[in-house]
Amino acid sequence: MKPSLIDRVIGPRVDPAERSRHTLRYGTPGFLLLCARVLLLVSLFLPYWNMELHAPQYPDNLNLTAYMNHLSGDVAEINGLNHYIGMRPLEEAAQFERSVGVYVMIGLVVLLELASFIHSRWAVLLVLPVMLFPGVFLLDLYLWMSHFGMNLDPDAPLSSAIEPFVPPILGTGTIGQFKTVATPGIGLWLGTAASVILVIALFFHRRAYRPLSRSSSATAA
Amino acid sequence: MLFLTGRTPRRATAAALVLIGLLTGHAAAQSMNDVQKIAKDRGLSTADLLAAAKTYTPSGQKDDYIMFSSGGHSGQVFVIGVPSMRHLRTIAVFTPEPWQGWGYGVGEEILEEGYVDGKANLWGDTHHPALSETNGDYDGQFLFINDKINARVAVIDLRDFETKQIIKNPLTVSDHGGTFVTPNTEYVIEGGQYSVPWGFKYAPISEYKERYKGSVTLWKFNRKKGRIMEDESFAIELPPYWQDLADAGKLASDGFIFMNSINTEMATGGIEDKKPPFEAGASCNATDFMHIIDWRKAEEVYKAGKVTRIEGFPVIMLETAIEEGLLHVTPEPRSPHGVDVAPKGDFVVVSGKLDPHVTIYSVKNIKAAIANKTYSGKEPFGIPILDFDSVIEAQVEVGLGPLHTQFGPDGYAYTSLFLDSAVARWTLGGSYGSGTPEPDWTLVHKTPVQYNVGHIGVAEGDTVTPDGTHLISFNKWSVDRFFPTGPLLPQNFQLIDISQQGTEMPVIYDMPIGMGEPHYAQIIKADKLNPWKVYPDIGWDPATMTLDPMAPKAKMERVVRNGNTVEVYMTAIRSHFNPEHVTVKQGDTVIWRITNVERAVDATHGFSIPVYNINLSLEPGETATIEFIADTPGTFPFYCSEFCSALHLEMMGYLLVEPAD
Repeated sequence: MKPSLIDRVIGPRVDPAERSRHTLRYGTPGFLLLCARVLLLVSLFLPYWNMELHAPQYPDNLNLTAYMNHLSGDVAEINGLNHYIGMRPLEEAAQFERSVGVYVMIGLVVLLELASFIHSRWAVLLVLPVMLFPGVFLLDLYLWMSHFGMNLDPDAPLSSAIEPFVPPILGTGTIGQFKTVATPGIGLWLGTAASVILVIALFFHRRAYRPLSRSSSATAA
Repeated sequence: MLFLTGRTPRRATAAALVLIGLLTGHAAAQSMNDVQKIAKDRGLSTADLLAAAKTYTPSGQKDDYIMFSSGGHSGQVFVIGVPSMRHLRTIAVFTPEPWQGWGYGVGEEILEEGYVDGKANLWGDTHHPALSETNGDYDGQFLFINDKINARVAVIDLRDFETKQIIKNPLTVSDHGGTFVTPNTEYVIEGGQYSVPWGFKYAPISEYKERYKGSVTLWKFNRKKGRIMEDESFAIELPPYWQDLADAGKLASDGFIFMNSINTEMATGGIEDKKPPFEAGASCNATDFMHIIDWRKAEEVYKAGKVTRIEGFPVIMLETAIEEGLLHVTPEPRSPHGVDVAPKGDFVVVSGKLDPHVTIYSVKNIKAAIANKTYSGKEPFGIPILDFDSVIEAQVEVGLGPLHTQFGPDGYAYTSLFLDSAVARWTLGGSYGSGTPEPDWTLVHKTPVQYNVGHIGVAEGDTVTPDGTHLISFNKWSVDRFFPTGPLLPQNFQLIDISQQGTEMPVIYDMPIGMGEPHYAQIIKADKLNPWKVYPDIGWDPATMTLDPMAPKAKMERVVRNGNTVEVYMTAIRSHFNPEHVTVKQGDTVIWRITNVERAVDATHGFSIPVYNINLSLEPGETATIEFIADTPGTFPFYCSEFCSALHLEMMGYLLVEPAD
C-alpha cells in the first residue's frame, strides 16, 4: 500500500521495542529540539542587541538595549540627542516587529515542538525558520537602522553638519563626538546557539530516521 | 611615582613614597626629580608637600567628608568637600539667589514664610547648621539652620539640597541657641538670644526685668513630612538673660538640653547716657548660668496643657517650669560661649570667654544634684541653682578666649581659643582617659591658626561616634593669608590634620570664604548622604516634594486663555522651549508652568524673562510655576540661562506683550 501524504510527511513511526533498544539514537534529535526550544524561550527575557554610546560628557556611557518586545536603556536621552540630527524617535522603529515578537517566538517554539514529531525530511522545513531567526533579526535591525540613518529630517538643527549614515549594527562606529559599540545580546547568542543545536539535531534526526524511511519505502515498494 | 603618574586612593602611601624619595635622594624616576624641582622653585617644604598629598584631590576623585557650613550673613549654607576644601554648592536659604532661581520665580512662598509680620526680610544671619540625627548620629536626611537676626529656622532636604521650610519664631526676634537637634531629631532646638517682650512688642527698656523675656523653642520635626510642625511645637519661658549656645543631651544625658546664658546681670546698656555699655554691664558677674532643661518632662507638661498661649503659641511659663522641676541652672564661667556634650553624653564642656579654662560638668553629678536638691540658692526668678562644686567634674586650663569644643574618637577634645588664635587639644578623663597616652584632663597641644578662630568643626565631632581625622578652624580674620581683595577680606577656613595623637596636628590647607561670615559647620561622612542625581519623575515640584499634577508634559504644551488669565504650559529640553512664542495682552495675569523634561544628569535648564525679574533653575524633571502680571508691554526674548548644549544660545523664545489700547 502506498503511504498517504500525511504518513509521508510525518515519516516512519518507531517501534517501541526498537526505540527502547536504541534510546540514544532516537532520543537525541528530540532532546536537542527541546534544548533549542528552551533556549528560545529563555531568550525572550534577555537582551538581543546592545549599543553603547561613548562621549566625553557621558562618563557612564549611554546604553540602548533591544529585547524581543521592547527597548530599554537611555532611550529618552538618545532620542533627545537624535533630534539634533533629525533622526526619528527610536520607538518608531520596528514597532510591528516588537508588537509581534513574543508571538513569533512562541510560534517558532511551536514549530520545533511539531518538528519533534516529524520523522521525515520535512522536519527541515519546520526547523529552518528558527535556524534563520538570528540572521533575520540582524537583517531587520540593519534595515531599520539604515532607514532611520539615511532618512534624516532635513530641517533638523544639525542637518547640515551630519551626513546621513548607517551605524554598524555590530562593531564600532563614529557619529559626531560619539563612538558607538554595538554587540549582540545574550538573547541573540542563545538564538544563535539554538540554530547551531538545530543543525546538530538535524544531523542526528537524519541518522535516526533516514534508515527507517528507506526501509519503509523499500517495504512499500 | 604613584603620586605623579596615577590616581590612587592610598594618597597617604603615595605621599610617603614622595617623602621617602625626597628624604633619601633615591628619586630614581624622572618624575621624582620633577617633584623636587617644583618644590624647590616654589619654596615648598617637606611638610608642605605632605599637606598637599593629604588634601590634593585629583579630578574625578571625591571627598571623604561633606561639610555643611553656615553662610553667616549671606543667609545661605555652603557645602564644602573635605579634605579637598572645594566649595561644592551654596544652598539658598534666607536670601534670594538667582543661580538657583530662589526668589526669582521659585521659593517665594518659602521665603515669604520667613517674612516678619508680613514685612519682607530677604537675608539671614545663619549661624548653626544641624544635621538630622538618629540615635545621636548624623543620618544624612535633613539639615536645619537658624537665622540669628530674625529668629527663624529653615529646613533643608538633603535629597535635593534645597530649602523646604522657613519658620519664624512668633515670640522672639533674635536667636542663637539653634539649631541643635535631640538625638532622634524629635525636636529642633531654638534658643532666643537678645531678650525682648513677647512677640517683640514695644516696651521701654526701663521695664527690662519685668517685661523682657528669654525663651527656648522646641520645634517638633516630622521626618516623614520633612517639615517642622508648628502646631506640635512649644516654647519654655526663660529669664531675660541672653540665652546663648545650646546642645542636646545624648546617651547618658538624653532628655536634657544644656543652654548657656550671658548678661545674667540683666544690664540694659546706655553708653550715651554714661551708663555702662553692654560689653561691660553684661560681663561684671564672675559667673553666668547654664540652663539645664528636661525636655522630655517639658513635652509632658506641654501635652498636659499646662501652657499659656502667647502670640497664639504655647509657652510653658517660667513658674510652671520651676514647679514641674524641668528647669535648673548652675553657675558657669562668665560670658560663656560653647556648651558641648561629650560623645557618651556624660560630660558637658563649657568655655567662658574670659576664663582660660574649660569647665567640665558631670551629668551624673547633675542628675544627683537635681534628685537630692543640692541647691546653692535660687536665681532672681526662683530657678534652683545646682551647687557648682557638686556638679563639676574638672577644669582644664587651655588658653585665652576659649569658645567651642568638639570631640575626637579617642578621648581628645578640641577647643577653639579666640584670643590665643589657636586650637587646643586636651584629654578627657573618666572612661575616655584610656584612649590617649597623656594624663586625664590635661592640655596636650595648641596649634596656632590664622586668625581669630570662632567655632571649630571635627568630622562628626558632636555625635555619639566622632570620626576625628579632620578639624576645621573657622577663622574670622585672614589678615595676610590671601591676596587682599580691598579692605574686605575673606574668612579663612583652615583644615587641621588631627589623625595622629599627641602634639602632631598641623594646618594643612587654607580655604578662603569670600561670601558672608560662616559661624559653625558640621562635617558628615560623605557615604551617609544619598542625594538624588535627577528628580524622581518628570513634573516634580521640589517645594512639595511630590509630582505636580499640573506640570506640563511633552506633547501637551499649550497656551490657554481664560478671560484675562493666560496659562502657559511649557517644556524645556535641549535645545528648545515649547512653545517658543507666547503672546499676551498688557494687564493679563500670566501663569507660566514649565517643566524640564530631561532625564540626563546635570541637564539643567535656566529660564529667564528680561524686565520681569524672572530666572529659574530647572533641574532634570523639575517643574515650576511662576505668576506675574504682564504690566509692561514690549518684546521680551526669554532664554535658557544655563549653558545646556551646543545650541544653547538658540534655546530661546519671545514673550510678546501687546500694549493695551
